[in-house]
Amino acid sequence: MEDTIYRSHVLICTGTGCKSSGANEVKVKLQDELAKHNLLDEIKIVETGCHGFCEKGPIMVVYPEGVFYCELEADDMEDVVEEHLLKGRTVERLLFKEAMTEDSIPSYQDIDFYKKQQRIVLSNCGKIDPENIDEYIAVGGYEAAGKALSQMKPKEIIEEVKNSGLRGRGGGGFPTGLKWQFANSAEGDKKYVICNADEGDPGAFMDRSLLEGDPHRIIEGMLIAGYAIGADEGYVYVRAEYPLAIERLEKAIEDAKEYGLLGENIFNSGFNFKLNIKKGAGAFVCGEETALMASIEGKRGMPKPRPPYPANKGLWGKPTNINNVETFGNIPFIINNGSKEFALMGTDNSKGTKVFALTGKINNTGLVEVPMGTSLREVIFDIGGGLGEGRKFKAVQTGGPSGGCIPADYLDLPIDYDSLLDVGAMMGSGGMVVMDDGTCMVDVARFFLNFTQSESCGKCTPCREGTKRMLEILNRICDGEGKDGDIELLEELATHIKETALCGLGQSAPNPVLSTLKYFRNEYEAHIYDDKCPAGVCEGMVSAYVIDEESCVGCGMCAKECPVDAISEKDGVYVIDPEKCISCGACESKCPVDAISQG
Amino acid sequence: MKSLEELRELRENLKKDIDMRDNKDKPQIIIGMGTCGIAAGAREILKKVMEEIKKRDIDVTVSQTGCIGMCEKEPLLDVKLPGEDRITYGNLEPEDVSKIIVEHVINGNIVKELVIARMEK
Repeated sequence: MEDTIYRSHVLICTGTGCKSSGANEVKVKLQDELAKHNLLDEIKIVETGCHGFCEKGPIMVVYPEGVFYCELEADDMEDVVEEHLLKGRTVERLLFKEAMTEDSIPSYQDIDFYKKQQRIVLSNCGKIDPENIDEYIAVGGYEAAGKALSQMKPKEIIEEVKNSGLRGRGGGGFPTGLKWQFANSAEGDKKYVICNADEGDPGAFMDRSLLEGDPHRIIEGMLIAGYAIGADEGYVYVRAEYPLAIERLEKAIEDAKEYGLLGENIFNSGFNFKLNIKKGAGAFVCGEETALMASIEGKRGMPKPRPPYPANKGLWGKPTNINNVETFGNIPFIINNGSKEFALMGTDNSKGTKVFALTGKINNTGLVEVPMGTSLREVIFDIGGGLGEGRKFKAVQTGGPSGGCIPADYLDLPIDYDSLLDVGAMMGSGGMVVMDDGTCMVDVARFFLNFTQSESCGKCTPCREGTKRMLEILNRICDGEGKDGDIELLEELATHIKETALCGLGQSAPNPVLSTLKYFRNEYEAHIYDDKCPAGVCEGMVSAYVIDEESCVGCGMCAKECPVDAISEKDGVYVIDPEKCISCGACESKCPVDAISQG
Repeated sequence: MKSLEELRELRENLKKDIDMRDNKDKPQIIIGMGTCGIAAGAREILKKVMEEIKKRDIDVTVSQTGCIGMCEKEPLLDVKLPGEDRITYGNLEPEDVSKIIVEHVINGNIVKELVIARMEK
């Protein structure tokens, strides 16, 4: 136990997001300033994981007041120490300002971004030091593992997880309790538990933030799973691109061993559990469970047909249970508070909360956790703070490369596994990319298909060849060379790939194309038949800009701005040479009388 | 870890530090740390408060405030018990701190001879 009692704790986020915006420099400067004022033994600096509000990083919360400072720079630390920590005056200029109202909000809990969230899995993220097992224990950590191992039978735990209604948070949404039951009933002298942290969707960072911000929660969840199915060994499969998550997880495993929370005879229950980390090389397909296990075994990461399912024949042929990071993160809450309490949150068939990585054309980028059944509108406009000034919402993409785009008509859709499937998207692991009216939906479909096509492992023909052909068609449409019949051909290929590909990657790869075709077919048609990209994105078909002679006031601002000297004066007004124009739009944004538009 | 009891015992010991981050329903001690307060010796008062808290193992929050205009009466220290009026003590010496903590913060009795103001809740 520590000897010093501190009057104030300063929590600095050193998650990957805040680190990249300069949290380390801020921390070093804070230490220097505290030393200068002789405050080091009164004020404690605590490094935490992600607070979720990455858009505003680096972030700091000062307790006991709970004052939230954001967008910090090292030089701000002089004021924070002298004004706040020494004299007790909040530094107004560093407070968060609400995008809609411009109000300064001093307290953590009062910011809209946090107020409308319900944090179960992320409850400790940003509140405790992830590298200090004592802090995790102090907030109730390992209580669930203690209760499970010393007071519950494996069957009781499985019943509890089944009753909670928890479904897999990796995207598929398979009932977790049922998965555990299969692994528990499988015959075998050796069994494994695997945590799938091979987060690969573009724009998704839920698993990384959770491992960085609260690694012990995942260890605790895996420990309980191991006891429930009778496995004495586990693997966390995490991508090597997540160095901070790996470092913190390694430290957490060491500390848990030292405290006897991993190892032999845990809680005197006779149960042993050993945990390993396997670093993945970053292939998207390794998020597929059979490919993931092949990768752990040292083989090339390629999927196998199922059955046999991992519950019967998994890692090294032994019964294995695989869950996603966030799924394990829910387990301690269920054991501590009971399945009934958990099932109070959410909708009929989707219980609990879901963590989303909110990105794209939105004001408050970050990590959010909301109860299932929350509407897309609440997440995007209330928590996310809406879109940039003057921009209109066009679509939201959920589920990453396997998901789909949902148009504005469905903004009031309650988010759960089934409602998203009904509109042609899917829950996925929790990526949520917001798009505005400047986004071309054909280009979006091309982006995701390009991703899945390059990540295709090549084992089965539909995925290897089919996605390649689909991508060729999309490229051709975006380049302005689309042909009559391309849309129908895309649909035909998509349907075949969905039905015949070997694994989830291939089966879901056409989804972004199918969902954009469903809701934004007119954009595809405009590309092919009118030779126009309505959003003005696709370079192959943007036409030159023209100046309206009547409106032009002859100020010459456009000519100065043009990077290729395509604009010249003629009889007091300016004209654009269509041969030279590269359609960059620089002139349009400068024109004071809005005389310039795309021809 | 050999038992759930052992874990719970450990948690009780570890909680004190982290409870500081929960400021609801706890006695508050607020120290005037404007330039006037610091010049009159507020730092020594603050240090003494921290020593007392550690010695007596009590769960309170300590915060600072700026000058409230009563520079004449610095160093100032306010005690605010949950649901009670905020009491301001002034002209303090470090020796007065333990009396305020024992009498007021722990036992709930205001140290009348040191009070200079009362702010109603």
